[in-house]
Amino acid sequence: MADQSQLTPVASERPQDIRAVPVRRPGRWIAAFIVLACSASFVRFLIADSAMQWHVIGQYLFDSQVLNAVVRVFYLTVLSMLIGVILGVILAVMRLSPNPILKAASWLYIFFFRGTPLLVQIVFWYNISALFPAPHHLIDIGIPFGPALIHPNANVIITVFVAALAGLSFNEGAYMAEIVRAGIISVPEGQTEAAASLGMGRMQIMRRIVLPQAMRVILPPTGNELISMLKNTSLASVIGYAEIVYVTSDISAVNYKVIQLLIVGSIWYLALTSVAYVGQYFLERRVGQGFSRAQQITIKDRWLSLGRGRGGTLGR
Amino acid sequence: MTDVMVSAEGVHKRFGHNEVLKGITLTVNRGQVMCLLGPSGSGKSTFLRCINHLEKINSGRLSVDGELVGYREANGKLYELHERDVARKRQEIGMVFQSFNLFPHMTALQNVTLAPIQVLGRRRDETEQRARELLDRVGLSDKYNAHPVSLSGGQQQRVAIARALAMDPKLMLFDEPTSALDPELVGEVLDVMRDLARSGMTMVVVTHEIGFAREVADTVVFMDGGVVVEAGPPAEVLGAPKHERTRAFLAKVL
Repeated sequence: MADQSQLTPVASERPQDIRAVPVRRPGRWIAAFIVLACSASFVRFLIADSAMQWHVIGQYLFDSQVLNAVVRVFYLTVLSMLIGVILGVILAVMRLSPNPILKAASWLYIFFFRGTPLLVQIVFWYNISALFPAPHHLIDIGIPFGPALIHPNANVIITVFVAALAGLSFNEGAYMAEIVRAGIISVPEGQTEAAASLGMGRMQIMRRIVLPQAMRVILPPTGNELISMLKNTSLASVIGYAEIVYVTSDISAVNYKVIQLLIVGSIWYLALTSVAYVGQYFLERRVGQGFSRAQQITIKDRWLSLGRGRGGTLGR
Repeated sequence: MTDVMVSAEGVHKRFGHNEVLKGITLTVNRGQVMCLLGPSGSGKSTFLRCINHLEKINSGRLSVDGELVGYREANGKLYELHERDVARKRQEIGMVFQSFNLFPHMTALQNVTLAPIQVLGRRRDETEQRARELLDRVGLSDKYNAHPVSLSGGQQQRVAIARALAMDPKLMLFDEPTSALDPELVGEVLDVMRDLARSGMTMVVVTHEIGFAREVADTVVFMDGGVVVEAGPPAEVLGAPKHERTRAFLAKVL
């Protein structure tokens, strides 16, 4: 018994913390000094009365032409992404289906749209009317090998916007298909089996069990895609869609303030990207439910923890 | 109304060239508890999965409550069942897995109510009431709104049992329900299963818990290498095994 009591830790008064002279790290100081000096000189270059001409940037930042272009970029991004995600889910489910024809069709789609440049695809859709006989460029839409039901004029329906939308969303569909497929196959087979053993059907299992869990894997790369999409809308400038790059370069073609207008455009791209960040943060929190034992850390907690020493997950 | 719940005649199952079941013939009567014992790889889990058609058998006949599993017989010919019909039959067979397989994105209560609402189209308020009763019955009255990640293994497995019972199954299949649990937590799951057996549920249990089999089972089946080596009341198979292979196995696990 005496031996045992020696082994058990006895609660006593708290021992004193160790006080030791910390290791000197002159390298850290030198590195920090170099970085600070470089940054300071760069900031001085930016704000000095140099060629930057900040007033020009301020003047064009809220120019009505530029603002219209920002709104167009926003809509084009949201619509293309929406269509891209829907296409992606359909293609991913096709790719994972037991039907070999669906599987092959999905594979071929992804092969083509991922394997050719986006720029080429946008220009292709813009010029698609060339494939339909002049002078009216009618597209026959109807039953394959059967009667056509409607005959729209390609030149009329393929506007600059439609061409840009088609190029961006069809391309996005191919990338999203792979992201969604990765999400679906990340859900353990036991989940599907448990749901099947409860008598759930294939569609029910997909909708209630697999996709909600796959979202956790799908969301982060989709945030990436959204940000890429935002910037890829600039490619629509080559077919004359009045988005940010098109409008700002149009202005600078007249006043030669090329750098200033590029910065105006960049500021707006950054602003739009920030919106995407916030959206992604809240979505990820929502689909992360039930996957971590730790309580979810909110932005507010994180800022509060700055004042509380270590903070972060290790400090919890 | 027949007294036979599960009937297997010469059931064979192959994975590629690997023959896992080499002619299993067994009968489980209504209200009976059958325990399947045997070394890993003996095919006992595979046989269990065949009963609710998670695995397709290659030959033989397997029926539950007088109806073939996965097929329909007419004019001496077998017709494969549509997925819909397979799903309908699975509603009547509860299954509990070694790794619990609770749905992690749902609370315990949602896990239990999902299938009755989605599959049977039951009303939400009634289903939730019943789900609470089931969770109470497995001793989890304080865990309705807990996500699986915050439950212990034993608690998760008890939710899984409640989830299966919520469908009012006429047969329950247990695939090594305690093998993934800490020794301390095995008891709480076995207690729930013991109660269930006492209530008259027909159960097929793949297990390594010899004590449980001896106490609860009406029939104990010892399998090895894809065949039934020995089957009978626990007193015979566990108490006085006839086969050398059974004796060797029991000597190791006891």
